[in-house]
Amino acid sequence: RYPNATSNSTYIHSSAVPLLGLRVAYYSPSTSTGLTGRYKEQLHRYNTRSSTFASLADQVQEVNAPKPPLDVGKQLWEFYLSTGRGANALFEVLDYKEEGYIEPEYLMDFVMDVLKIDGDQIDPNEAFPYAWGRLTQRAERGEVLYSRDLKQWLVAATKMSADTKNSRILEYFQNHSMTGDQYTSDAEDEGVFTWNEETMSQSLRRMQYAVRGEVVMRADQLAAEGRDILYTNIGNPHQVGQQPVTYYRQILALCDLPAEAGVDNPKVYELFPRDVVERAKEYREIIGPSGTGAYTHSQGMLGLRKHISEYIENRDGYPAYPGNIFLTNGASTAISMVLQGLLASNDDAIMIPIPQYPIYSALIAKLGGRQVGYDLNENLNWAVSREELEGKLARAKKEGLDVRALAMINPGNPSGNIMSHCDIQTITSFCADHGIVLLSDEVYQTNIYPDDAEFVSAKKVALDQGLKNLQLVSFHSTSKGLIGECGRRGGYMELHHIDPYVQAQLYKLASADLCAGVAGQIMTSLMLRPPVPGDESYELFRKENDAIFNGLKERSQKLVEGLNKIPGITCVPAEGAMYAFPRVEIPEKAIEKAKEMGTTPDNLYALSLLDETGICVVPASGFGQAKGRVGFRTTFLHPDTVKAVDLFAKHHEKFTKEYS
Amino acid sequence: IADYIAERDGHPAYPANIFLTNGASAAIEMVLTGLISDDRDAIMIPIPQYPIYSALIGRLGARQVGYYLDEENGWAVSEEELQSQWDAAKAEGLNVKALALINPGNPTGQVLDRKDLEVICRFCAKNGIVLLADEVYQRNIYVDSKKFISTKKVALEDPQCENLQLISFHSTSKGFIGECGRRGGYMELHHIDPYVQTQLYKLASSGLCSGVAGQIMCSLMLKPPQPGGESYDLFMKEEGEIYESLKRRAKILVDGLNSIDGIECNESEGAMYAFPRLDLPEKALEAAAANGQSPDTLYALSLLEETGICVVPASGFGQKAGRIGFRTTFLPPEDVVIKAVDEFKRHHEMFCEKYA
Repeated sequence: RYPNATSNSTYIHSSAVPLLGLRVAYYSPSTSTGLTGRYKEQLHRYNTRSSTFASLADQVQEVNAPKPPLDVGKQLWEFYLSTGRGANALFEVLDYKEEGYIEPEYLMDFVMDVLKIDGDQIDPNEAFPYAWGRLTQRAERGEVLYSRDLKQWLVAATKMSADTKNSRILEYFQNHSMTGDQYTSDAEDEGVFTWNEETMSQSLRRMQYAVRGEVVMRADQLAAEGRDILYTNIGNPHQVGQQPVTYYRQILALCDLPAEAGVDNPKVYELFPRDVVERAKEYREIIGPSGTGAYTHSQGMLGLRKHISEYIENRDGYPAYPGNIFLTNGASTAISMVLQGLLASNDDAIMIPIPQYPIYSALIAKLGGRQVGYDLNENLNWAVSREELEGKLARAKKEGLDVRALAMINPGNPSGNIMSHCDIQTITSFCADHGIVLLSDEVYQTNIYPDDAEFVSAKKVALDQGLKNLQLVSFHSTSKGLIGECGRRGGYMELHHIDPYVQAQLYKLASADLCAGVAGQIMTSLMLRPPVPGDESYELFRKENDAIFNGLKERSQKLVEGLNKIPGITCVPAEGAMYAFPRVEIPEKAIEKAKEMGTTPDNLYALSLLDETGICVVPASGFGQAKGRVGFRTTFLHPDTVKAVDLFAKHHEKFTKEYS
Repeated sequence: IADYIAERDGHPAYPANIFLTNGASAAIEMVLTGLISDDRDAIMIPIPQYPIYSALIGRLGARQVGYYLDEENGWAVSEEELQSQWDAAKAEGLNVKALALINPGNPTGQVLDRKDLEVICRFCAKNGIVLLADEVYQRNIYVDSKKFISTKKVALEDPQCENLQLISFHSTSKGFIGECGRRGGYMELHHIDPYVQTQLYKLASSGLCSGVAGQIMCSLMLKPPQPGGESYDLFMKEEGEIYESLKRRAKILVDGLNSIDGIECNESEGAMYAFPRLDLPEKALEAAAANGQSPDTLYALSLLEETGICVVPASGFGQKAGRIGFRTTFLPPEDVVIKAVDEFKRHHEMFCEKYA
């Protein structure tokens, strides 16, 4: 392939260079001795998506060895395992003779080598018996592997082909009567799909998002069949009857209505309180003559960002700047933006709390990064310790991972705790000490139930501590709190002490989607500027607000109390957020049954709960948890939540009996 | 939306195949995320194109393969061009997974007819390439000789396209309603592997859902008031005025640009843009090179400084080697567009003299 190649040289195809994160170096044959050592030295994690690669693709690293160094292949194997990418490069490396195929025996040797971990040989027959069997058969029949065969084999070996989760979702999706005429009535069963489970993005296949996963899909199916389902799987307040805040909806409507039909209409004061009309005029001024239909600044309207920075300043007592604020389609979009900007290579890792809200694990998987979980201590109200953080960081480093950021959720989801000042300090110090970017998910900051509890932002804690070098991004949303405007898709992130170059790049990323929805932008500002005593709308607002708050507070206490009364169920108090995250004890037989079915015990339990009671929760395995722990997450949004405690109890008893 | 599509095309459409998204941009991002698995995956895009494609392809780590639209022939697509680019990509070891078309074109403004669409559909069907049909300007058609015909309709009516995997995109940001900030849009999947479709559902679920305001606006856009309805007259008046005005402005702008010596511009049959070609003096090219800029950028900055008109340099969209130009909308009010033509002329003369 390369005209100046010497007969005993081996080349790595240029496409493998960026994938391995190799820096290019030229070796002349005379320096070929000690090459492997120098080569190893040169292995260096790189940005797999930078434009430098376009030029790198033209260059090649020459390796003078009869076979490629195992390290290269092993790196690619691990890369494939974690991201599903790199099969082409792996093929190139294994096809070192450049014959266009790989001998099955060679692949078997390679696999044996990569399965040697810390001196222990893992038996491939145990790791992936089906795939190993197929490979052995190939060797017996003398069938070589072309690129396509290797890819199929890799999918089998990494169990993506036996991916029961994705298959079950497929089943529900296809048979979901609510999708109308099945999913499609015009496709034949045998279609020719070149875009299929093997050729699609494997990192998307690996991504799981349990909040709307399997159990929920089954619940939807049952609901469509006429069963009464109590959805407690998702923090979606309006879905279960919470009312929108009148004041905010009125202002939003007047922002959208053409002036003659709204703010300038002579009859407007018959329909809207005076303060609402004044406020709407104020917002219309900010929005400008283009109205709510035009694309705005990619970070969101400046006037609204000023509102947000004022709110942050009042809350924390430290300055906040509109330039550091990005209005986004919900906090999820902001988190996605930041992770995209952070994850540069497959060895980049994000530390996430265990348990966590699975947007983090999902996005990390989708973006081809790695997650490093730090355990929250259930016995200590989900506390964090420095030892735990340090320990996990050290282990990550040992595995060759580069921890770029750490996510914290306060108040916690699913854990429902309000982080202590001390714990926040632990995290901020840890991040500052190690140069790790802190991502502070604070969407539940107004869901605080105990009278003596207080929300304090990570930014305030860090600034109080005088941590000058902490890079911090904080997130907020209109979906939670007491307004529950989920479908509005409102949210923002505030950047604090982020490299201006990086900030400009995040701006560039935001600009590619033009801007966040204007309705969400307005709602974000409104949420932070409620009516004040003296305002005409204050009474009604107070009434609505208190009703929602008191309802949540009461249910949070009663639900947890009720769950704790059930033998075999324990639950840490839900002081914040919207969830209870109980732990359940289940019989050994149930655990075995789950294993048989290729699912988690939590999943088995949740599906049984659903079938028996019609309550749809999310299995705890969707959030991550300590080994051996089994549980689920339920919201306490529904007015009937407390009544459901009886059903939880009855089902638990039945389940325990069934598997005794 | 399914009803609208079925009525428009005369072929069934199913709600389950439709994903409402935060603008068409979000839908395009979802699809490319689901498609791209490897650094050697490639997506064919028109040159020139709306740069969401090149941006997303770059960010997702795949490769773009441009197929050139023929400016001399009203930005036509030819089978030879598609084939030759595909062959070149294969030779380079790339794996072309999808092809994007924009109809009506952006920045080019051409409306593809059935013949053009057949060429593209057959090419994709034959080579197992997923076709991404960006049809956000389907309401913006200004010439009587052209009509919008959806890619799906063409594919369904062509027996050679039986296995075509197709995704079509639409948006509330364009047409006559221009509800950009609403972030409304959808994609319709046609003949997509059910497994893949489920995975796209999973991806959509991780963003929970698109904004409700945008969802509602999508439906409203496709279900305008009917004759006899109380709001019908006002609606037709508003929409009619917008349409006629856009049509006039398209002509004013393109004719005006063509009247300038050294500027040539294809007709804007659709969309919202003029994409003129410039003849610049040699010295200007040298000055740009010295500045480390493309000639387009040099020109556009000069235009901005001199006239206050902010356009986009053509290099941002991709173009044939050696071509220089810019993209301008014709959205400002008519009197402003008329004035702008004068300003374009004045600046061009000044610029050419400066670098004579």
